[in-house]
Amino acid sequence: MTIAAKIRGYIRESFLFGSDQKLSDEDSLLDAGVIDSTGAMELVSFLESEFRVDVSDQDLVPENLDSVAAMTAFVTRKLASQ
Amino acid sequence: MCGIAGIVDLKGSGATPSREALVRMAGALNHRGPDEHGLYRDAQAGFAHARLSIIDLASGQQPLSNDDGTLWIVFNGEIFNYLELRAELSELGHRFRTRSDTEVIVHAYEAWGDDAFARMNGQWALALWDSARRRLVLSRDRMGVRPLYLCEHGSRLYFASEVKAIFAADASIPRAFDPVGLDQTFTFWSIVPPQSVYAGVHELQPGYVRVYENGGMSERPYWRPRFPVGADGLFEGSLDDAVIAVRSALEQATALRMLRADVPVGSYLSGGLDSSLVAALGRAVAGERFQTFSLRFADAEYDETPFQRTMVRKLGSIHHEIVVGRRDIAQVFPDVIYHTERPVLRTAPAPLFLLSRLVAQTGIKVVLTGEGADEVFAGYDLFREAKVRRFWARQPQSEKRPRLLERLYPYLARSPVAQQAMTRRFFGRGLSDFARPGFAHAPRWQTTSAVKRLFSGEMRDALAGSDATARFIDSLPREFSSWAPLAQDQYIETRTLLAGYILASQGDRMLMAHSVEGRFPFLDKDVVALANSLPAAYKLRVLDEKHVVKKAASGLVPADIIARPKQPYRAPDALSFVGDDVPEYVSELLSERAVSGAGVFDAKAVAQLLKKCTAASASGTPLSNSDNMALVGVLSTQLVHHQYVAGRPRAAQTVHFRTDVDRTESGKAA
Repeated sequence: MTIAAKIRGYIRESFLFGSDQKLSDEDSLLDAGVIDSTGAMELVSFLESEFRVDVSDQDLVPENLDSVAAMTAFVTRKLASQ
Repeated sequence: MCGIAGIVDLKGSGATPSREALVRMAGALNHRGPDEHGLYRDAQAGFAHARLSIIDLASGQQPLSNDDGTLWIVFNGEIFNYLELRAELSELGHRFRTRSDTEVIVHAYEAWGDDAFARMNGQWALALWDSARRRLVLSRDRMGVRPLYLCEHGSRLYFASEVKAIFAADASIPRAFDPVGLDQTFTFWSIVPPQSVYAGVHELQPGYVRVYENGGMSERPYWRPRFPVGADGLFEGSLDDAVIAVRSALEQATALRMLRADVPVGSYLSGGLDSSLVAALGRAVAGERFQTFSLRFADAEYDETPFQRTMVRKLGSIHHEIVVGRRDIAQVFPDVIYHTERPVLRTAPAPLFLLSRLVAQTGIKVVLTGEGADEVFAGYDLFREAKVRRFWARQPQSEKRPRLLERLYPYLARSPVAQQAMTRRFFGRGLSDFARPGFAHAPRWQTTSAVKRLFSGEMRDALAGSDATARFIDSLPREFSSWAPLAQDQYIETRTLLAGYILASQGDRMLMAHSVEGRFPFLDKDVVALANSLPAAYKLRVLDEKHVVKKAASGLVPADIIARPKQPYRAPDALSFVGDDVPEYVSELLSERAVSGAGVFDAKAVAQLLKKCTAASASGTPLSNSDNMALVGVLSTQLVHHQYVAGRPRAAQTVHFRTDVDRTESGKAA
């Protein structure tokens, strides 16, 4: 499974609870109400355990976390540099 | 304080109310008024009453009539200015048979008609049957302290303090969820009156009077919240003047609530500013032997014991307390939902259910509470958050302005710098809409709406094209946009949450579950009018919430209670319902079969949610706000379905009517 597919699957299962809400890879998770102000930590824990990447404080910005596409690019970059 | 119920044949077509139905209604409301029961019935109207005797213990029985027996009333609540009104009515030539406030209402209606209600200061829900004119009048207090539910079925109107009495009256009354009520619940945390969660059942809106006569119905507000428009209606005076006025209004409001009772009045004490102030004012009136009641939590996160102890020392009150843990909440939750009769997104009502039980066990029937202060004097974080977001919206590029959020949510200042970027992004959504109604509430409503992702396909279909938020915004009064932003936020908070949740699911229903009456000095009509007239900066001074109340409390409440950061009243939510020793009903009601059966939520989604919450509990990971609300919301919906939709309310107890006026042919024969 590709990185994007894994992230998509996780969001669907853990945040959308399997609902068929439309969500494109580019949609902002905060704007779409998929995660709330406390939800970012869950995303980070998932990325760390699923892809074995180290997420530093500096990485915790919307540019890296706020959409499926942003997380995919972030994980890809991280894996390449590890 | 009591339970009221009635059945009226609206067309006068011979559908005489059944005596047995009235008996069942009174029985279903027995917890609201276990002291005495009463009945009135004629060919067209029937009233039932369950009484909790507080004023005029000897002769305040209901239903009660005027002198010639043509005008009948059932009444739940208290009219705190009844002695003043009685004096006024005596001047007009009215003569009284009892010392009760109930009789004052009857005479006030005779003297002033439907305009009587605007003269009343109190908390009430009542029905008047003008048998000569065949006119039914229903009225409810300004803020919605006392409940009144209505259901038109066939040619009859059924009304009652609680929905369970309506369902108990007649098995043919449909019992089904209204998707619109559930949509509101999972947007605003509560239905918005007059909506209910049941199809065909409505509540009378707070501040309204409704009249049925000549086969028709009309209703109007006899009161509506007013806020200053520019200088019009604005309090004229300095902050110091306002402090004196607020203190005096609260003293008066509390004294009325202490003295207008023929039984002792105690007080809740949370350890926060509002209940501490109310208890201090109550103690000043009561003198020695003043009783106070507190909730403590086994989870340190929610506990406020040290502040309660500080205040008890200051008061010298006879203090009672209970400690509540997660399993206690899980244990009583089905009973709690039996009383709320609607889904909730927080477990916060459960500890209050246990607290009112403690009050009843000590023999106290009436308590003061600090409820309403956060709405009326702008205490909630939401008001501060909105102020920061509006300030930020004027300079969206500013780096410094959003940092004010750290003053509200200190955890932000402690979290990694970059985590703040996500939070900022969250609060920064929709900043350009800062002038639109609902701006302050949008983040909350959006977070809450996440629960609706778990709705079943049928629910989504039923709600297709319906938008709870848009409909609510459309219902705002014309003058709304001319009020100050803080007034707008207070108005929305009051409309969406006070009557529908705070005073109902956390207030009246939890208190009356154990026959305890709550009294709310902050919701006194004069206190509310004064608070609404104050400049926004007196209530929310920069980011200091309830500023004028804090100043008014100086000397009455210890400084460390006044200065402490506001702690929202919370209880352990989803974590109460996961883990090893959870009561069996939880897994039964969340099973695929039960969830599919109720039809509100998608069974697979609920299974997924439960799995997530269970895993989080096992690993000690904190659950997000959304997941907490989702689990409590789903479970409470399942409990409502189980008790009120699939099942009918518990069999009513038999009641003996001390007052029994039956003017029907069959009644006379018996």
